[in-house]
Formats: sequence, structure tokens, C-alpha cells
Amino acid sequence: MKIRSQVSMVFHLDKCIGCHTCSIACKNIWTDRQGAEYMWWNNVETKPGVGFPTQWEDQEKYKGGWELKNGKPQLKLQNRVEALGNLFSNPALPTMDDYYEPWTYKYGDLFNSPLGDDQPTARPISRIDGQPIEIESGPNWDDDLGGSNVYAANDPLLENMSDEEKRRLFSIEQLFYFYMPRICNHCLNAGCVAACPSGAIYKRAEDGIVLINQDKCRGWRMCVSACPYKKTYYNWSTGKSEKCILCYPRLETGQAPACFHSCVGRIRYLGVLLYDADQIEAAVKVSDEQLVQRQREMILDPFDPQVIAAAKESGIPDGVITAAQRSPVYRYVKEWELALPLHPEFRTLPMLFYVPPLLPVLSVAQDGGTQRVENDLFSSLENARVPVRYMSRMLSAGNDELVIKAYQKMIAVRIYKRAETVGDVTSDEATAALAKAGMSAEEAEAIYQLTSLPNYQERFVIPPYGREGDIEEVYDPQQRKAETGFGRRQSPHRGL
Amino acid sequence: MPDIDILLFVVFPYVAVVLAVIGTLYRYFRNQFSFTSLSSQFLENDIQFWGSTLWHYGIIPTLVIHVMGFTIPKVMELMHSTPETLYLAELAGKVFGIMALVGAGALFYRRVASSKVRMVTTPVDWVILVLLFFQVFLGMWIAFGYRWGATWFIHTVTPWVVSLATFQPAPQYVASLPLIPKLHFLNATLLIAIFPFGRLVHMVSFPVEYLWRRFQLVIWTRRKVV
Repeated sequence: MKIRSQVSMVFHLDKCIGCHTCSIACKNIWTDRQGAEYMWWNNVETKPGVGFPTQWEDQEKYKGGWELKNGKPQLKLQNRVEALGNLFSNPALPTMDDYYEPWTYKYGDLFNSPLGDDQPTARPISRIDGQPIEIESGPNWDDDLGGSNVYAANDPLLENMSDEEKRRLFSIEQLFYFYMPRICNHCLNAGCVAACPSGAIYKRAEDGIVLINQDKCRGWRMCVSACPYKKTYYNWSTGKSEKCILCYPRLETGQAPACFHSCVGRIRYLGVLLYDADQIEAAVKVSDEQLVQRQREMILDPFDPQVIAAAKESGIPDGVITAAQRSPVYRYVKEWELALPLHPEFRTLPMLFYVPPLLPVLSVAQDGGTQRVENDLFSSLENARVPVRYMSRMLSAGNDELVIKAYQKMIAVRIYKRAETVGDVTSDEATAALAKAGMSAEEAEAIYQLTSLPNYQERFVIPPYGREGDIEEVYDPQQRKAETGFGRRQSPHRGL
Repeated sequence: MPDIDILLFVVFPYVAVVLAVIGTLYRYFRNQFSFTSLSSQFLENDIQFWGSTLWHYGIIPTLVIHVMGFTIPKVMELMHSTPETLYLAELAGKVFGIMALVGAGALFYRRVASSKVRMVTTPVDWVILVLLFFQVFLGMWIAFGYRWGATWFIHTVTPWVVSLATFQPAPQYVASLPLIPKLHFLNATLLIAIFPFGRLVHMVSFPVEYLWRRFQLVIWTRRKVV
């Protein structure tokens, strides 16, 4: 057993209000630079929708992730020889048109225009070449289903859905959507790491954050294609690829990443998962339906004395093990099995998990009041506005059972709490609901607490990084403390 | 031996190689961030495919054949010993040369035509592109105008390059050649000289280790402390 720790994440989609504060927090800190304007290390998509870049989930187009060939996982993009052959022109590289052309406005014209009959306007100009442009798309173009017949209808997940299911999604009276915030998944079997010809992308063993060494990157662009989530971006100005760094400078100083910290809906959880690195290869070889279960099995119980002993053997500090025991991610993913990985069928073992949004039709407006539709709230699952199949295509590689199980628990928690606080549901009903979901009242209470009332320290359990210990080996910590921030800084210029 | 020949075919090559080696090493160790292919495929994909693919698949074999001519002239001579193989060598050289020439032309056109690509084009990029195009152009001129280069190369250029490499310079091997081949040599030397000052350095980062490296890379900031 080779145990490693991974700083992992849970996004509770039921709580996301789609305000994009996370995206802006990230943009302001990391990507508000030339060459990075079009990048959104964190973005929030409306689902159903095409996402960013357009139709990123369609791997026939973008060739991201892994596929099984004769039972062995292989990059969809390339084998080793093809990688070298395609260096000069990557056939699956998304271009700027697949994202959008960043623009600004000629604000100066508002002030400098000569006196005339017309009000001066600020024309949009490209942030690449400064030429006036016709804005045709943007990073969030189909937000809230705007233009849904054009955009959302092209959602790759809608393929294979029945007309009835599509009708339910798009009929105007019951139009339905939810938000999906996305950052880098910091995968265990990352496509970007495997595809980089230069070997510039690596996973930090201490916390599992996937980073691109900017000095080693030679701009071959294979990572951009090989990441099925399209979360590595090519900086057109510096000629290097960049990606989400999970705000590691913040984590190392005990702060949550900016997108987590700023989240208005408090949907984000961060904590350590201990996993067995020896199982990675086996876990990506199983069939689609088993992928999630297999990934869950890799994640180890941080309370198990055997695991603790093995973790210590693998060099994981005590503080990290303690953090793993308090990890909210462990509870959502492993203990409660509420959170599921995004598109596990890409076989990268993503370490960001989503609690599916619960969208049952519970009541309808009637006679100036509301009327509950069903007595048995579980039946609302079959009538849910978002078909279970849509969610399972997204979060469990088509395994409906896992999604239904998570939903049943979430519904049971609601019924249980409703019986307790509102009282229009009997406690018998609540007990029945809990039984059907296969959970205890304590578990329901715990899920409720961590979902609705968690404080900062409960949402973000950041492991102690002990950087001072690392620094000590090469640098006098006192001296480092005094000197940090002084020295020469090299700005990221293109070429020489 | 006129001074000008010594200057052009002895001093200049030595200066160029010293500049290339020291310059590249200095740049690598002082500013590794600047080592990149500087790809602009992201901004313009359609011409890039034809231009870059033709260029690289044309110029790399051409370069390899040239280097083989310097290093294993005996083998090369043997390969050209019959009229059929000589003819084949000439043909292959021309095909690769034309591929490179068309590719370079397309890449040049692309930089002129696309305002986005122009934004990421530096003056050195233009210099290199023009020199490369000129070099292949001269090469093709030689291929068509001074035929059977596969054979005379080995008795003129090879001894000259070998003489320089063994520090017994013998410029007389090339000094009496016509102007066009001489220009080709000088332009090549110039390209070597400016190697460290532009995007050509991406050649030394050809990632051959990708053929065998582990797929997943995991790096510890600090190895296990016992």
C-alpha cells in the first residue's frame, strides 16, 4: 500500500446560486494578464448548456482523457510516437474560437470624441490585436439558459435522451437548469500530466495539486487537448500552458483557495483524502459502471489503524492524517456517498466531487396557495425535472443507481428535518424515508449540519503544510522570513 | 588564400559556433522560461497546419541528410554509388526541399496575413523566418542549378566542415565554389550564429524522452524525512 494525501474538493450543487463570484475572485488574482484573459481557471456553467470551451464534454471532438484499448487505458489523444509526430501541429488543439476572443472597449472614445450630433460610443475591440470586433461569444454566453434553443440544445449530454426527456427539460413553463462551477480536478490519473512531451506537468506528492513547471514547459500544447475537462490553457502571449494551481500559496499559509473563500452560496468544501496510489492503474481499467465505486474503494478510511500506520510509513505527517479525519470531503464522498466525480468515464480519477442538485417537483401553485403534489416524496424523483439519466451521464458514467441513491438520501434528510422543524410530515413518514434511503437519524442530522450550517473551519480543513520544515533544509527560516519579497523578479516575457 | 575567404569560411564559422554554444547554454541556465516553441497555433490553425507540418517534415530530414554528409561521408558515398541511388537521393532532396520551401512560404504568409499572429511576432522572428526561407531557397537553387550535389558535397563541403571540426581549417575546399553555394554556406553560418537569440532554441528541447518516461509524474518537495 502506497498511501498519498490529496487535497480534494466537494461542490454542493444544490447550494450553488450561479453568481460567478468564484470566477471573478480567481480571475482577479491569477488570470487578469495578457495571454490569460480568455482563461477561466474557475468558471460556472449553466446545465443543460454547451459549457466552456464550447462542448468541452464531446471527446470525439477534443480527444481528451483516456480510453480502454484491449483493456489497457490509453490517452485518446495520442500514443508516445504520435505525440512527437504531432508536435508541429496538434490536430486536436482547441483554438481561440472554441473559447472566445477576449475584448475590451475603447473607453477613451467616450471622452476624446469631437463634438457632434451623436453620442460617442465605446466600441468593442479585441484584446489580442486591438482591432474592432463583433462579439459573437463569451465565457458565459448561455448563462441561465440564454438562447437555449441555440446553445443548450447542443449540450453533448443530451445525445441519446428521449424526446420526452428533452421536452421536459426545455418546455418553457417548466424550464429547468442548474449551475456547475468547474475548476481543475487535480486528477490522480491526469491526462495533462501523461500527455506533456516535456514532462513539465507534475502532481505534488504532499497535497496532490497538479502544476505546470513554467520553466520546463516548451509549449507543445498536448496538455490542452489531453485534459478532458479543458482546464489547462495555452497562454498565447508567453507560449506556455497554465492551469488552476488550487491557490497553493494560499493553502500553504492556511487560507482556502480564493474561489472557495469567496463562494457566496458556501457550496465548496475542501479537505484531505488519503488514497492508495498502488490502485490507480487497476481503478481506471474497470468498466464504466464500476468506475465510481472503484474510485471510492481507493479512498481509505483515515480512522483505520492499519491505514494510519501505512500512511506514516508512506511519509504522511501526523497533522495531515488528523486533517484527513476531519475532512468534510471524506464524509461526502466516502461515508455518505453523496458526492460523485464529474465524468468518471474520462478515466482521469478526478478529485473534485459534486453533490447532485435536487430538483423535485414538490408542490404546485393552486388557488393562491401551494399544494403538495405527492404524499410520497420519493415518487417525485421519477418526475424530477432533470432526468436522472442526465445526472448519471454527468456524474457516474451512466450508473443511474448511484445518483438515485444519493438523491434518496438527500430527500430523506429533507423529510426528516421537515418532520422535526415544520411538523407537516409525521415522524413515521420520516422514519420510513430514512429506512428507504438506508440511513440513520444521526447520519441525516450530520448531513444536515454539514450541508446547511457549516462554519469556515468545517468547510475548509486545510492540512498543515509545514513549509517551515521544508525551508529549514535549504535556508535559515529566520533569514527567509526577513528576505521574502525582496530580490529580482522576472516577468513572463515571450521568448527572449 | 585571400583574407576574405579566411574571414568567411574560417573565422565566421568559429565565431558562429562559439556564439551558438555559449549563447544557448547561457540562455538555458539563466532564462529557461524563454525556451519554448512559441507556438501560435492557438491563434490561427488552418494555415498553421500546412505551413508547420510541411516545413518541419521537410527541413528535419534535410538537416539530417546534411549532417550525415558531414559525419559519415563514406556511407553516403556508398549510397550514391550507382546512378539509380544517386537519382533517388537527388529526388528525395528535392522533395524535402520543396516541402520545406512551401511550408516556410505558408508560415511567412500567415504571419503577414493574420493580425493576431502578427501580435505575437517579434523582430527576431521575422529575421529568422526570412533567413530560413532564403536558406531553403538557395538550397533549392543549388539542387536544380548545380546538380549531383549528393556527390560533390562529399568532396567539397565535407572536407571543409571536417577541417573546421578538427581545428585544421581548409577553406580552399569551398573557396572556389560558385557564388550560390557560398551564399548557402554563409547563410547557414549566420543561422548558427543567431541560434540562441530567437525561437530556434526550441530545437534543443525536442522531447525525445517522452518515448520512455513514466506517464504520471509525482514530485515531492521534500523526500521522506526519516
